[in-house]
Amino acid sequence: MTRPEPVPPEAIKTIKAIPVRHPGRWAAVIGVGILAAMLISNLITNTAYNWPEQLKYLFSAPILAGVKNTIWLTIAAMAGGVTLGILLALMRLSANPLLRSVAWLYIWLFRGTPLYTQLLIWGNVGALFPTVGLGIPFGPEIISVPTNAFYSAAAAAALGLIVNEAAYMAEIVRAGIQSVDPGQLDAAGALGMSRGQTLRRIVLPQAMRLIVPPTGNEAIAMLKNTSIVAVVPYAELTFAAQSIYATTYQIIPMLVMACVWYLFLSSIMMVGQYYLERHYAKGQAR
Amino acid sequence: MVRAEGVRKCYGHDEVLQGVNLAVSHGEVMCVIGPSGSGKSTFLRCVNHLEKIDAGRIWVDGRLVGYRQRGDKLYELCDRDVAEQRRDIGMVFQRFNLFPHMTVLDNVMEAPMRVKRDPRELAQACSLELLDRVGLTRHQQNYPSQLSGGQQQRLAIARALAMRPKLMLFDEPTSSLDPELVGEVLDVMRDLAHDGMTMIVVTHEMAFAREVGDSLVFMDGGAIIEKGAPREVLANPRHERCKAFLSKVL
Ligand SMILES: Nc1ncnc2c1ncn2[C@@H]1O[C@H](COP(=O)(O)OP(=O)(O)OP(=O)(O)O)[C@@H](O)[C@H]1O
Ligand SMILES: [Mg+2]
Repeated sequence: MTRPEPVPPEAIKTIKAIPVRHPGRWAAVIGVGILAAMLISNLITNTAYNWPEQLKYLFSAPILAGVKNTIWLTIAAMAGGVTLGILLALMRLSANPLLRSVAWLYIWLFRGTPLYTQLLIWGNVGALFPTVGLGIPFGPEIISVPTNAFYSAAAAAALGLIVNEAAYMAEIVRAGIQSVDPGQLDAAGALGMSRGQTLRRIVLPQAMRLIVPPTGNEAIAMLKNTSIVAVVPYAELTFAAQSIYATTYQIIPMLVMACVWYLFLSSIMMVGQYYLERHYAKGQAR
Repeated sequence: MVRAEGVRKCYGHDEVLQGVNLAVSHGEVMCVIGPSGSGKSTFLRCVNHLEKIDAGRIWVDGRLVGYRQRGDKLYELCDRDVAEQRRDIGMVFQRFNLFPHMTVLDNVMEAPMRVKRDPRELAQACSLELLDRVGLTRHQQNYPSQLSGGQQQRLAIARALAMRPKLMLFDEPTSSLDPELVGEVLDVMRDLAHDGMTMIVVTHEMAFAREVGDSLVFMDGGAIIEKGAPREVLANPRHERCKAFLSKVL
């Protein structure tokens, strides 16, 4: 075996070399720079944006109410969608063939039809079931109330979003659960943990690592999808912006302003997602 | 302590266990050897009902595993009763199966707290004692992924012991370890044996079997071919298949 030659001390210096040139990068910088300059100049000089008008309505009562409804709806739809989605995922993984097929059918139905159409139907449930009652199945009713008495636009909007979201969440949760090493079930079982304990303490926390990132995407998509419930009709952010420009005819300013709000809210959610992902990466070998 | 009679297990059309009969008495260390695919792991998993058996009976500590017998009828035990039986049987796996999202200490405390419902202070004190016993006190706040293979397997042993089992099952506990780490795990197991634990150990460590084992069984093709005192079986096996196997591994 030959030993490496000892390096003379003066040779151990930081390397001074001419770096590789990247002409492509410079071309990109120039191209992007020109486009950015055009956009900024357009934003400033084009009066159709009407920034003063936007500023005037940014914190106005109807817009803030719309923002509040959008936030409320996003939270309700995600909370409901995740809960129902976990339930559906467990049904799909259950040993009971009836539960498995019910879950499969549910997912097939709600993933296979457009959300927009579903929401229209939820908005018109009153026509399908004019009254809701308590009674014997196929027998006489004991009490009966008109549907519209308790079924508000808010309920229709939330219900429609939850039911649709659950179908997507079910698949995300199922993939997460199936990614957990079966050896974990053996270990938990061998310690005498029940199935419920194993699921809550061992399987779900590990599945979360795979569930959280796509769920974050779902939540951000949901924030924006709430704008569709304007068809119910429900006064969320986009609906509020629309009702303002219906009288002022300042269409672009109101829509841009709504986008500013959506961007602000989704940025907050991205920060939340970052911390959640970090939490569930605990103990992961890096 | 453990008695198995005519245990059979099929996967589809493969009969993986073809009538296993065996008895392990209190405090005995039984080592199980045999070629790959002979059903060693499967048998061990049947002892704590991780696998359902298709025929035969297994008793642990006088209780029928997985079933209740009334008259000549067998009733399947419900989930909760199976879980309760498993508390008394510790198991250590070839691939550790530690809980990666919990710290070392939490791995050990989990079962006493959730299953036995021990108060936190008690569970923690007992767990720290166990970690000391397997030499992991220093690592109690680390995650399993930060430990070496040998440390992980010692942690798995501590986790199993935390339920104060009456029987310990080891499925090739050193087979996925680097050679220089095998010793530290075997040391822990040796101590456990000296403390009088009843153990069934599937292993390829013939030196361990010879030194620590009270009895040795050789399995092949889903049946026990030969059993006896470890020295006896290892020195002069009587059956051809056992001879052939030992000549390959020794
Ligand atoms: N879940 C399963 N489904 C189908 N076949 C299985 C299953 N588990 C084990 N087997 C089969 O059962 C046979 C016995 O497997 P087992 O794991 O008990 O062998 P082993 O003696 O532990 O082998 P090794 O030394 O490789 O661990 C093998 O042929 C294996 O392919
Ligand atoms: Mg095996």
